[in-house]
Amino acid sequence: MSEHILEMSNIVKEFPGVRALDDVSFQVKTGEIHALVGENGAGKSTLIKVLSGVHPNGSYSGRILVDGAEQQFQQIRDSEDVGIAVIYQELALVPQMSVVENLFLGVERGKPYAIDWDTANSEAKKYLHEVNLDISPKALVRNLGIGKQQLVEIAKAIAKKARILVLDEPTAALNEQDSANLLDILRKIRAGGVSCIYISHKLNEVIEIADSVTVLRDGKTVSTHDMHGPDRLDEPRIVSLMVGRELTERFPRVEHTPGEVVLQVRNWSVQHPDDSNKMIIDNVSFDVRQGEILGVAGLMGAGRTELMMSLFGAYGKRVGGTLALRGKELDIRNPGDAIRAGLAYVTEDRKGKGLVLGMDIRHNTTLAALRAFSKFAIIDLFEEIRITEEYVQALRVKTPSIEQKVKNLSGGNQQKVVLGKWMLTQPGVLILDEPTRGIDVGAKFEIYKVMNELVAKGVCIVMISSELPEVLGMSDRVLVIHQGKINGELHWSEATQEKTMTLATGGVEK
Amino acid sequence: MTHEMTHDKTGQSSLHMLQDQLQNNMRQYAMFIALISIGVIFTVLTNGVFMSPRNLSNLLLQTSFIAILAVGMVLVIVGGHIDLSVGSIVGFTGGFAAVLQVNYGFNTVTVVILTLVLGAVIGVWQGFWIAYRAVPAFIVTLAGMLIFRGALIALTGGQTIAPLAPGFRAIGQGYIPRLFVNVDAIAGFHDLSFLIAVVAIAAYVVLEIRVRARRKSFGFTNLPIPLFIAKIVIVAAMMWFVFSIMVNYRGIPYSIMILMALVLLFVYITNNTTFGRHVYAIGGNREAALLSGINIKLKTFYIFVIMGGLSALSGLVFTARLNAATAGAGNLFELDTIAAVFIGGTSMRGGEGTIVGAIVGALVMASLNNGMGLMNVSSEYQLIVKGLILVLAVWFDTSSRSSNA
Repeated sequence: MSEHILEMSNIVKEFPGVRALDDVSFQVKTGEIHALVGENGAGKSTLIKVLSGVHPNGSYSGRILVDGAEQQFQQIRDSEDVGIAVIYQELALVPQMSVVENLFLGVERGKPYAIDWDTANSEAKKYLHEVNLDISPKALVRNLGIGKQQLVEIAKAIAKKARILVLDEPTAALNEQDSANLLDILRKIRAGGVSCIYISHKLNEVIEIADSVTVLRDGKTVSTHDMHGPDRLDEPRIVSLMVGRELTERFPRVEHTPGEVVLQVRNWSVQHPDDSNKMIIDNVSFDVRQGEILGVAGLMGAGRTELMMSLFGAYGKRVGGTLALRGKELDIRNPGDAIRAGLAYVTEDRKGKGLVLGMDIRHNTTLAALRAFSKFAIIDLFEEIRITEEYVQALRVKTPSIEQKVKNLSGGNQQKVVLGKWMLTQPGVLILDEPTRGIDVGAKFEIYKVMNELVAKGVCIVMISSELPEVLGMSDRVLVIHQGKINGELHWSEATQEKTMTLATGGVEK
Repeated sequence: MTHEMTHDKTGQSSLHMLQDQLQNNMRQYAMFIALISIGVIFTVLTNGVFMSPRNLSNLLLQTSFIAILAVGMVLVIVGGHIDLSVGSIVGFTGGFAAVLQVNYGFNTVTVVILTLVLGAVIGVWQGFWIAYRAVPAFIVTLAGMLIFRGALIALTGGQTIAPLAPGFRAIGQGYIPRLFVNVDAIAGFHDLSFLIAVVAIAAYVVLEIRVRARRKSFGFTNLPIPLFIAKIVIVAAMMWFVFSIMVNYRGIPYSIMILMALVLLFVYITNNTTFGRHVYAIGGNREAALLSGINIKLKTFYIFVIMGGLSALSGLVFTARLNAATAGAGNLFELDTIAAVFIGGTSMRGGEGTIVGAIVGALVMASLNNGMGLMNVSSEYQLIVKGLILVLAVWFDTSSRSSNA
């Protein structure tokens, strides 16, 4: 048996236009908990997908050794066969089925074609005991809380004789007590000789539980640290390693002079969709001023998108709070109300929620503003063409014609179409959710310029972004959200990546 | 960072464009090819009877009540829903109309108005459950299929209700009158129909030329002149072929006049109105439509009210054609209608589909019914053939889409 149960060396994985993993090497010792940390988009998820066979052998370069033997996973099943189990943030349990059915899904106990329920139930009890779960194997998964569901997933991995357990943000959705319990279970299974790869943004947990920490940044391995040795890390060290990148991209910063308050949000609270006792947005208050760009930073799952979509009337159940535009309180019940009031929301999910992919550029561009050039519900088609042409040219959308279906456009051009669509509604407040995600540097720069032009015309912009350099490079002020609450506000002149990341991970501004 | 031309308006070669056109519109061409093949096969198998003016005129009459339903079904399916109840609504509204006239002596105009109102009310009922109570359309209209079939039998007591007044019968059996030429009361040259045909074809040509000029003024790519002329000639020839059937037999039936008016209206609705645009957006991407401020519930509700009204219209035409209301009227019309819409290139997944395509699809289904009837294929085998055609049509749709993606 080698010292390292897992060795991944020189992994390179490219997507069209992006090098997601650039020569990443990563070793996990037998029986240790190894934390993998990095900013959003640093390459953690891609690395796990390579390890688990989601990205099959051949779609990346580099070597994977498990127990010293080279592996070439073609599919998830192959990685499971050598004992790798991945527990994703979105749990892969079937909620309508019982715990025992879930535990042995695909590996049912008994003779072929007939399940032996007695064996299955007694084995299930044993595995549930190993994760300190005192529930009946016959309980339905949907009746369990999220914390217990997580433990069922771990039990399922143990039942599959997993030797390498990968946990992707396991405690993101858990409360303090469930989190502490989960960490205990991890220590227990580590004692049983199972190795864990632990991905988390909660740095205090990383410090508490990890034997080793590897930091990824921009698809590269920064360093690996033995947490019991002399180069052990503390939280500030981890943060600086995570963000320690030079600001190589350029941002066309323009000095804005913020004017009067345009959008005023007070004590805004939204119920959690899965748990009516919890708030996904908890008592949030903020202002947006005339002619400024307000950046909204935070980690994935912090509630940024949920906050903006709920303001736009498109998310969740509001349980409290007020929204006022230019001093006038609004009662927004659906996106139609929001658009009429002068709000616009550019979604982070361009293909899923922003565009009708089978429609052409013209129909997408005008979809939210048809009213403006229709009389008695009849569209002035030639006016529609004229206006679309105007926006396509102003935004430099590269296309042979406005009759091109948007699914045939590149990501950057699609994003320009979405932006044009919302500019056409003549909003007073434009909310941009990850406006440059997945688009190339040139298109990014053009979008930044458009943002500045809009601000110059008096539009207020709220920009959610997971790319810290972008938030810091473009915003006048930065709100940092942590677990549904505002954990701090930074003026651009004082905002640094370290400060922002500290606030985003729940830390306190010093 | 350099920027390429934002607009590439340079002309392409005719051949290249033809290829592009063929590739992009494969589905549309496929359904015309299917229609022509079916015509050729039945003409051969029936020793030419299928192509006789009398039979073709009959075929158009048989198409009308399915085509009326197909017009509404395009909106339903484009919007991401389905309607299984149309056959039963055709039966129920037709029975309602016959009872009003035969048992209560209402005049035809009143009957028509009341029946259309009934259809719309049925649409309100189904639309309410689908749009505002979020019960899937599949379930609501499956229930409607039972409810309205039951209502028909309860209303008529299972009896055949007949006969109808001549004015009513004309909706399904009558032809527009002749103007001057009165060669023969039954067959022969029909002057008014000829006039309508000429006006329609001329209007089409003028429209195409005007659209081309407008597109040119906006700098859009147009078909090269030879292809443009070829397209106009082919479409005009097809229009003339269809009209000539009627001009040379007994003239244009009233039901076909109704259908043509509906097609024009709904082509306009789908292309030129906010409602039409919203339906396509809802079916194409519900989330994007919602975030664009579209009132999805209200539009869905409208779709089903329209479908109910069109079902009633189809019920009137069908009852008038049979000159009677029967307990089995409209049975399996939903199958013919849905098949017509899919054959006509409407996507299973919503968001895509055309009115004209659905009309061609309805012609395909009616040709199958008509041709197999001429060949005395027994009804059980007719069902099997139609079932197979439906599977093939949808398979063709899904396979051509996935290879495009």
